[in-house]
Amino acid sequence: MATANKSLQELAASEYRYGWSTNVDAETAPPGLNEAIVRWISAKKGEPEWLLEWRLKAFRHFMKLVEEEKTPEWANVHFPPIDYQAISYYSAPKAKAELQSLDEVDKEVLETFNKLGIPLEEQKRLAGVAVDAIFDSVSVATTAKETLAKHGIIFSSVSEAVKDHPELVKQYLGSVVPYSDNFYAALNSAVFSDGSFVYIPPGVRCPLELSTYFRINTAGSGQFERTMIIADRKSYVSYLEGCSAPMRDENQLHAAVVELVALDEAEIKYSTIQNWYPGDEQGKGGIYNFVTKRGKCAGHHSKISWTQVETGSAITWKYPSVILQGDHSVGEFYSVALTKAYQQADTGTKMIHMGKHTTSTIISKGISAGHGQNTYRGLVRILPKATGSKNYTECDSLLLGDKCGAHTVPYIEVGNPTSSVQHEASTSKVSEAQVFYCQQRGLSAEQAEGLIINGFCRDVFKRLPLEFAVEANRLLEVNLEGAIG
Amino acid sequence: MLLEVRDLRASINGVEILKGIDLTVRAGEAHAVMGPNGSGKSTLAYVLAGHPNYEVTGGRVTFDGRDLLAMSTEERARASVFLSFQHPIEIPGVRMDHFLRAGYNELRKAHGEAELDPLKFDRLLRTKVKVVEMNTNMTKRSVNEGFSGGEKKRNEILQMAVMEPKLAILDEVDSGLDVDALRTVSSGINSLRTPDNAIIVVTHYQRLLNYIVPDHVHVLADGRIAASGGKELALKVEAEGYDWLAEANAPSR
Repeated sequence: MATANKSLQELAASEYRYGWSTNVDAETAPPGLNEAIVRWISAKKGEPEWLLEWRLKAFRHFMKLVEEEKTPEWANVHFPPIDYQAISYYSAPKAKAELQSLDEVDKEVLETFNKLGIPLEEQKRLAGVAVDAIFDSVSVATTAKETLAKHGIIFSSVSEAVKDHPELVKQYLGSVVPYSDNFYAALNSAVFSDGSFVYIPPGVRCPLELSTYFRINTAGSGQFERTMIIADRKSYVSYLEGCSAPMRDENQLHAAVVELVALDEAEIKYSTIQNWYPGDEQGKGGIYNFVTKRGKCAGHHSKISWTQVETGSAITWKYPSVILQGDHSVGEFYSVALTKAYQQADTGTKMIHMGKHTTSTIISKGISAGHGQNTYRGLVRILPKATGSKNYTECDSLLLGDKCGAHTVPYIEVGNPTSSVQHEASTSKVSEAQVFYCQQRGLSAEQAEGLIINGFCRDVFKRLPLEFAVEANRLLEVNLEGAIG
Repeated sequence: MLLEVRDLRASINGVEILKGIDLTVRAGEAHAVMGPNGSGKSTLAYVLAGHPNYEVTGGRVTFDGRDLLAMSTEERARASVFLSFQHPIEIPGVRMDHFLRAGYNELRKAHGEAELDPLKFDRLLRTKVKVVEMNTNMTKRSVNEGFSGGEKKRNEILQMAVMEPKLAILDEVDSGLDVDALRTVSSGINSLRTPDNAIIVVTHYQRLLNYIVPDHVHVLADGRIAASGGKELALKVEAEGYDWLAEANAPSR
């Protein structure tokens, strides 16, 4: 017993390894949110009038929500009120002029990404992966652009896309997540800075994994990126985002919006490895990750699949969802969420079935350690016209220790008699018997727990692109300090 | 002397189960430990393997010249003590071959040997599955998950075959096996016996001892070894049950 307890404590108290910060000459907006700042951000990016107008509408909507005190309070997370006037809404490494090549990217910034294991230089890059690197509010580099251009694929920062492909941005921006969607989406729409933009032309299967790495660096700033992925008819893309931030005593806000659109017979696979700074052992500091992610299966036989591994953030508030509009479309959500120390996660998904014969699958694995609180919140809504639709939901929780919590809040609405939903839930602990069995075969208690936890997550990990499955395993290892066999 | 147990006492939740066990096992020997339900057979197996729920309250155990009771559970495993579980544990999502390789490599490391990579280990495993006539596909499944009772027992002996322990303690390896499976499992165990290792077979029934012939039989009653002898003692138990023990031991109580 003594050894098992000791290693549980160690598991719950492991260190964050990305907590350093980079010294760069940055241009940072003064703290505060007002119309002038919104105009300043828009001007900074040289945006067209329509986009500024859209931002301003969002800004006014947000201010109205703030005045009416409409901060969302339904989630099972607890934190002091955020002072939106104390945040800086834009910070970027100072650039000499417009960057033409990687050689012009600040050495410190390149080194930052090297240290994070995301080398941007041609010769060091991960094979088969194109990367968009985002440092605070701006994209500092996008790799493999030429290779992708050959296939007609657009992979750039949103700022560039606004300049180079305004018609696409205008058509899809806010089409899945309107600025009025929710509190944080409104804030994001007003002040969003960079994010990635992806367009896959009809019939093209993207030959590379596309990946965006988000790094928050500057103190007192927030990150408000916007990502858009449009998969045209019969196309396919696999996209992965990763993120991290320095250790700081204050909480930093990350309020992103991700919009996915899959047209007829298109497929988007979106994977996230979220490793924002979770705060220290006492729960001080860490990122507030309040993110709106939604995909629309607009076309028939289209498919959107979300896979997320959530190990970071002080608070996670996020529900990657799918609107199944096209007939025979498919939505999937695979999630591993880990909360330790004083982390709180309220995460899950929404599957809105509108088209006929639509199918959705939800596999959620929550792991709680220390004082962590983990809530799965999910909505499955099958509208009356979505006849012959199906949903399968499985929510499993694993508890490490006795001070943590796991909660499951499923909402199910079925609007017609030809559809079916299936919901399974379980809560378990790493059993002493399992640990003893592993120890009898030569493994330490810590190795045993790592192995058991990895087994628990296997159904989700196997959905990750190969290059990143290893990363996810390693991340869980780092976070739980358990060696994996 | 491979294993020397002297006056071993152990309790669980404050209740004494083992009340002074003495047992000597030499390399090359097979011992059978029999006894009625609640006599302490399984407890003895668990205590030797280092189960954390049992508290050792007295006595000493020397294994291969080392103080076994001072070692952690995994140290005992790495020092070549193997326990075949009466009820093997399921570990969902963890592949049997990955699990076994992780443990096996810990044993190798403890003996200063290089770890085996997945390919080499796979080759080793392919030869070992034959010992218990198991299909290699079974080793790609999650540890014991969805295995039948017989498959679980075969799987325990497969692990024994891989680990090649100096001392294997087999706790009710015959329970839940039909005659054919019993024959396969027993002949697997027999094939693993060498002059350098030893086995302790914990069993309820004499039936198993027709297949695994013991050099010594011990009958446990109320936490003590009430009788020791050759394989004929098992036959006596078979014929007369355990009642005669209570009478034989009555004066000492």
